[in-house]
Amino acid sequence: MNQNADQILDHANLFREPEYLEMFEKKRKEFENPCDSDEIEKIREWTKTPEYRELNFQREALTVNPAKACQPLGAVFCAVGFEGTLPFVHGSQGCVAYYRSHLSRHFKEPCSCVSSSMTEDAAVFGGLNNMIDGLANAYALYKPKMIHVSTTCMAEVIGDDLNTFIKNAKAKGSVPEEYDVPFAHTPAFVGSHIVGYDNALKSILSHFWEGKERQPGEKINLIMGFDGYTVGNIRELKRMLNLMSVSYTVLSDNSDIFDTPTDGQFRMYDGGTTLEETKNALHAKATISMQEFCTEKTLEYAASKGQETVALNHPIGVAGTDEFLIEVSRITGKPIPQELEKERGRLVDAIADSSAYLHGKRFALYGDPDLTLGLTAFLLELGAEPVHSLATNGGKEWEAKVQALFDASPFGKNGHVYPGKDLWHMRSLLFTEPVDFLIGNTYGKYLERDTGTPLIRIGFPIFDRHHHHRYPIIGYQGAMNVLVRILDKVFEELDRKSNVPSKTDYSFDIIR
Amino acid sequence: MGLETIEERKQLVEEVLSVYPEKTKKKRAKHLGVFDESQIQKGECSVKSNIKSIPGVMTIRGCAYAGSKGVVWGPIKDMIHISHGPVGCGQYSWASRRNYYIGMTGVDTFVTMQFTSDFQERDIVFGGDKKLEKIIDEIQQLFPLNKGITIQSECPIGLIGDDIEAVSKKKSKEYNGKTIVPVRCEGFRGVSQSLGHHIANDTIRDWVFPQADQREFQGTPYDVAIIGDYNIGGDAWSSRILLEEMGLRVVAQWSGDGTLSELMNTPKVKLNILHCYRSMNYISRHMEEKYGIPWVEYNFFGPTKIEESLRRIASHFDDRIKEGAEKVIAKYRPMADRVIERYRPRLEGKTVMLFVGGLRPRHVIGAYEDLGMNVIGTGYEFGHNDDYQRTAHYVKEGTVIYDDVTGYEFEKFVEKMQPDLVGSGIKEKYVFQKMGVPFRQMHSWDYSGPYHGYDGFAVFARDMDMAINNPVWKMAKAPWREGKTGME
Repeated sequence: MNQNADQILDHANLFREPEYLEMFEKKRKEFENPCDSDEIEKIREWTKTPEYRELNFQREALTVNPAKACQPLGAVFCAVGFEGTLPFVHGSQGCVAYYRSHLSRHFKEPCSCVSSSMTEDAAVFGGLNNMIDGLANAYALYKPKMIHVSTTCMAEVIGDDLNTFIKNAKAKGSVPEEYDVPFAHTPAFVGSHIVGYDNALKSILSHFWEGKERQPGEKINLIMGFDGYTVGNIRELKRMLNLMSVSYTVLSDNSDIFDTPTDGQFRMYDGGTTLEETKNALHAKATISMQEFCTEKTLEYAASKGQETVALNHPIGVAGTDEFLIEVSRITGKPIPQELEKERGRLVDAIADSSAYLHGKRFALYGDPDLTLGLTAFLLELGAEPVHSLATNGGKEWEAKVQALFDASPFGKNGHVYPGKDLWHMRSLLFTEPVDFLIGNTYGKYLERDTGTPLIRIGFPIFDRHHHHRYPIIGYQGAMNVLVRILDKVFEELDRKSNVPSKTDYSFDIIR
Repeated sequence: MGLETIEERKQLVEEVLSVYPEKTKKKRAKHLGVFDESQIQKGECSVKSNIKSIPGVMTIRGCAYAGSKGVVWGPIKDMIHISHGPVGCGQYSWASRRNYYIGMTGVDTFVTMQFTSDFQERDIVFGGDKKLEKIIDEIQQLFPLNKGITIQSECPIGLIGDDIEAVSKKKSKEYNGKTIVPVRCEGFRGVSQSLGHHIANDTIRDWVFPQADQREFQGTPYDVAIIGDYNIGGDAWSSRILLEEMGLRVVAQWSGDGTLSELMNTPKVKLNILHCYRSMNYISRHMEEKYGIPWVEYNFFGPTKIEESLRRIASHFDDRIKEGAEKVIAKYRPMADRVIERYRPRLEGKTVMLFVGGLRPRHVIGAYEDLGMNVIGTGYEFGHNDDYQRTAHYVKEGTVIYDDVTGYEFEKFVEKMQPDLVGSGIKEKYVFQKMGVPFRQMHSWDYSGPYHGYDGFAVFARDMDMAINNPVWKMAKAPWREGKTGME
């Protein structure tokens, strides 16, 4: 008997009971036709070797465990950052179910988004009717202030033309003629979710800005980009700018929609950049992007309107935040206040207190291009050594930028950068050139399990830890959060390796 | 609880429909209903189902790829399943369905890995067949212990005219008859996950069984296969243990913790026992026709249905098995009684609204009833008419039935009917929790489980109690919003 009503076991313990273990063994032996145990062990060991690594890196066609998603995910993420905006993805409906689930699993929040539910007939005749009906239904049911349309790969392959379709839908009365329906083509077979973000944001800006005269003002625009920490980061961004008394607009402010309260009311829309602010953002003096690779086209567009543009790389740490504040100050003429300078001092103080535990520690990291740049820079500031820096959706430009960071620091001399590689490549790297710690998203736990490299969870998605997205990782305060997260893991590892009584516990220190 | 009478509930359905544009209203009206006297007489919940979702309404449904890769094929642990097309589909479905398994991941087992052809623009323009061939070669080199490969088509494959069948045959020949299965489960096919199940079932029939037919297998009179249990949180394990205890020999699990070998064992069994009818009735019917293997549906949620099911399964065998079933029932009943004794007083009279897929909109009702709870609304994400027929045996008069419910409808139904618990999926979870309504994910068991079998029932009872009697729900309203001082 396995279960006891007073002490109920779920999967975590139930299946360790002897009855189950026996059952597993029997199933395996009698019915699974398993590989020989020695053979499994042999292959397992082989996958750890330099020889395997070489074969693994010769891969040309197969991708295994990539660290990137597809464009429409980024478009949906961006669209919900505008006041009352409902993302509408034109194409197959399963995709939308996936984006909503994916974002909900990370933020532990609802994610509202509709599909035009195209099926086989639409594949043949095109999805115009789906657009006409879909816009009408979404508008009637969910009363959005704006509907943003993006596309799945199905609609892209058959070549549906959003511009014409939306015009048609308006002509048929699906939504009022003057109603805002910006749209972006977001083919899943080009780029990744960060490109989708870029395309969506550019489409929204150009929807409101085209044909308007720019009257340069004093405000500045800020863009956070696709970011698993959007809730904490955007709030931190605003706090810093408020401390500087800068007047600004955050373009795609999804910090509230991904952090709604439990108070008896479901908010399909909450917060967000207002449509008025979005229109007026044309007149901004400058647009600062916190993530260059999320906003390449958007910044180009802003520049074409006469705005000054600044592209940062997910600033994490002292120099990154310095640069951000200096740029804001330079553009706006507002001084950097004492309070922020004090925060800077506190961060430097914290680094000084702890650097003995970080100095020379070897790290592997992966994630989106800007995030890995921000983290690489911070690790170098800590005197840690980033050894493997990998971005599945990173290209040549990203590679050069990471390399430049390595080249500028003595702690970067062992660093290697891997654009376009996946987590199966990373597995080989961790076996053949081991490091002390790995930084990555939840899927890094498989690497931790296989290679024994302790994982520090920073990235997107984080499915198996709660609430990290509420804490910023940008700014001096954000860097403090990152520092503490890294240190906690360092100390836990020290303890874990020194807690065997009468064997290693002389180092099981009380004071560190 | 709000809206007790049938009339009130019928009025609610009308009210909800009134917001739709006329054309959509007409369509949606056919999918919504209240189970009443006339339907009881007909013996079915007469709502329309398995029809295209309406654009723009926020359907909860997924696609054929999700039905094939995510449900049927994905859990087969010793094969590699390629998400063939752009990166997203495989990424969003990567290890998210909790199909538990035992095996050395990345060496002889591959369930929680994401293999994709990561299509780029050039693959769309020039076709992906050459790339697919190369992918198969690379898999063979880097994962030599894989027992077979499936190709899970994403939308573009069927649109650009790739011939994945030809590639599969060619490569299979090249690798000495290796099992390589092309699956045409492009997401735009059909109206939901459901067609993906069917297509996946058919590929097992066409690409696996022919090989199975040539294979030696030492059978016994007590051989059965578990069909349609995906071992979510270990469900198939807490089911299997009961079947083995009653004297049956379970030669295959379809497909949770399953293997290619087990699929091949199955055409030799004496009885197929079918849990998720929706996703695997096709292959069961095929085996009945081709191999003369009978199949029986069962329900392992909650002691009442488990007892019924154990006896129903046993009725297909001799006295040895019948006695075995009685022994199992006698052995576990005291534990189940203790669980009910502990939790029923805390859950008695509580109401539940469900919206799930597969078999669960009906199958879990008995388990709730074992705990003294009432299901007042239920519906299927991708059910067919035969599912709704079967549902009639489970639901009480006055139950609201909603097929392919939209986000809007579900929110309104819950708001007005005020159930004590909602059981649905991840996309719905936070909507209702924000409203202050206790919620359990009934696809993934909210990261708990198992829920099948006697061991699973204990976990189920514990989880429903922890959701409903969670002190957090009392805190949702600020005190100054409840007539106390301090309100703004």
